[in-house]
Amino acid sequence: MQKPSATLAVALLVLGAHTLTAQTFGLGSEASAEEVEAWDITIGPEGRELPEGSGSAKEGAQVYEVRCKECHGDLGAGGDQAALVGKPEQLKQTPPIKTVGSFWPYATTLFDYTRRAMPFEEPGTLTSDQVYAVTAYVLFLNGIVGEEETMDRETLPKVVMPNRDGFVRDPRADR
Amino acid sequence: MGATALAGATWTACQAPESEGTAPAPGPSALGAPVRRYGERSPFEKVARGVRDSKTPEAASSRTPLDETYGIITPSALHFERHHAGVPDIDPSTHKLLIHGLVERSLLFSMDELKRLPSISRVHFVECSGNSGGEWSAKGAPTVQLSHGLASCSEWTGVPLRILLEEAGVKPEGKWILAEGDDACRMQRSVTLEKALEDGIVAYGQNGEALRPEQGYPLRLILPGWEGNTNVKWLRRVKVTQGPQYVKDETSKYTELMEDGQAWIFTFEMDAKSVITSPSGGHAISKPGFHEITGLAWSGRGKIMSVEVSTDGGASWTEADVQDPVYSRAFTRFRMPWKWDGGESVLLSRCTDESGYVQPSREELIAERGRYSAYHCNRIKGWRVAADGSVSNAEA
Ligand code: HEC
Repeated sequence: MQKPSATLAVALLVLGAHTLTAQTFGLGSEASAEEVEAWDITIGPEGRELPEGSGSAKEGAQVYEVRCKECHGDLGAGGDQAALVGKPEQLKQTPPIKTVGSFWPYATTLFDYTRRAMPFEEPGTLTSDQVYAVTAYVLFLNGIVGEEETMDRETLPKVVMPNRDGFVRDPRADR
Repeated sequence: MGATALAGATWTACQAPESEGTAPAPGPSALGAPVRRYGERSPFEKVARGVRDSKTPEAASSRTPLDETYGIITPSALHFERHHAGVPDIDPSTHKLLIHGLVERSLLFSMDELKRLPSISRVHFVECSGNSGGEWSAKGAPTVQLSHGLASCSEWTGVPLRILLEEAGVKPEGKWILAEGDDACRMQRSVTLEKALEDGIVAYGQNGEALRPEQGYPLRLILPGWEGNTNVKWLRRVKVTQGPQYVKDETSKYTELMEDGQAWIFTFEMDAKSVITSPSGGHAISKPGFHEITGLAWSGRGKIMSVEVSTDGGASWTEADVQDPVYSRAFTRFRMPWKWDGGESVLLSRCTDESGYVQPSREELIAERGRYSAYHCNRIKGWRVAADGSVSNAEA
């Protein structure tokens, strides 16, 4: 660990003199609950932050056709950009292939990433219903959910991805 | 000696040759360029980042020409880039940073407010964990720009993240943070609260001026020694959480698949690494005789303690001179005098950091992590000097 600078040391001393929760510098303005809600778009693995709305693979096929296919290929098979479909066995082949279906541990990540980052050139333009639907479609193409299954804030976090238990902390982390 | 006497002595010294009539009369010469507000490099200098053609140049990388930079600081204009949705154009007068989540109070900071807080300046490298990814293969890359150019080193200036988190008041349940950028894809990463409090910096300065747009203007996170992707650029939000959020760039990407099909996740620290930058692949040595071997070493675990160099493919090793200043988690310059005898020679470097970790060979690395990790490749790299003086990748 680096030695804190003199300024930081002073700052920490000042902090130490107050209770843990008091502000020392009095800078920054308090954000309202509404402001925080508008800024906080991250969906964690339990899906607690998922928005209202719903969609199924049937509806998602339309979204995919128009907004995703040109880059990710027919039926998610890949094109100029990554394939979105794959089987868990592909992780052990030589060389291994990592896809949503073969590698991703959480379905919530697919929702979060599509909503914030896709389609690549127009991120943030899909409605919540469209994001649920295209997420359902990609999961359906991977054989993880049924074509008629509705994805929403209740059902999506319950989806168990094939590689859910495929990740371990770097075993050298405590070295 | 007084100031007047000193000035007089200098004057006499300058005048002496002319008064003796030995200096040639000055020829006609054109006036130079006038003063200017912001400097540019000489038009003779052409050094540039390496960019590969891409269908999506906004989700791409450019590489630092490590063999054409001097010392330990990478010029800001040559700092490597890795973007996932292009470089946003952010007006600092409206940019805000939100600190929220498991805190007593959610706080929004303007850039002006951030700059009023106590700041620090630190020299640190930033390295993409995909740097040297091609070196997992036996062949490796032909130049140091291609093999190691996703690493750069700057002096970063900013506010310790600890100060901002303490202003907000972290609740005891808070154990991780999520950092998010203001680029088109809102790139985000989860890291431990422990690291954020230890030495995280919310940086607005790079090498004495504002961050370059491609380095996160007006604000980025610096997590010294941790994989580049966690050093979130265009920082807009820090959320204190109980656990990691398993976002796309910490699951699909930036995880290392082992041969048994399990993947390491949250491999944050960049392991110690060194590379000879001169002579290196693509160079040509003109003549036998004296040449300086020089390169860079760095470690995410602290300072570089020593660098050894071999000129015979690893049969024998000599300790190189590790040049001051040596900063923690920063590029460290090493040098070794060398007399090239004109014969074939394979040059290698191997560093040791202050934790005692020794840079591994490719075989050792594969024994530990298999062939498919893709990220975090810090193997020893070799350059072959042929009898004609041409330098190439030792394993090509
Ligand atoms: C114009 C091309 C383009 C379009 C259209 C597009 N994408 Fe992408 N997609 C990309 C690029 C480029 C990346 C990689 C971004 C990066 O480097 O982080 C990507 C990455 C992804 C990934 C991550 C893949 C992985 O395995 O890591 C997913 C999932 C994804 N896109 C889903 C979608 C969905 C769903 C749509 C339609 C709503 C869509 N994309 C439309 C270009 C596109």
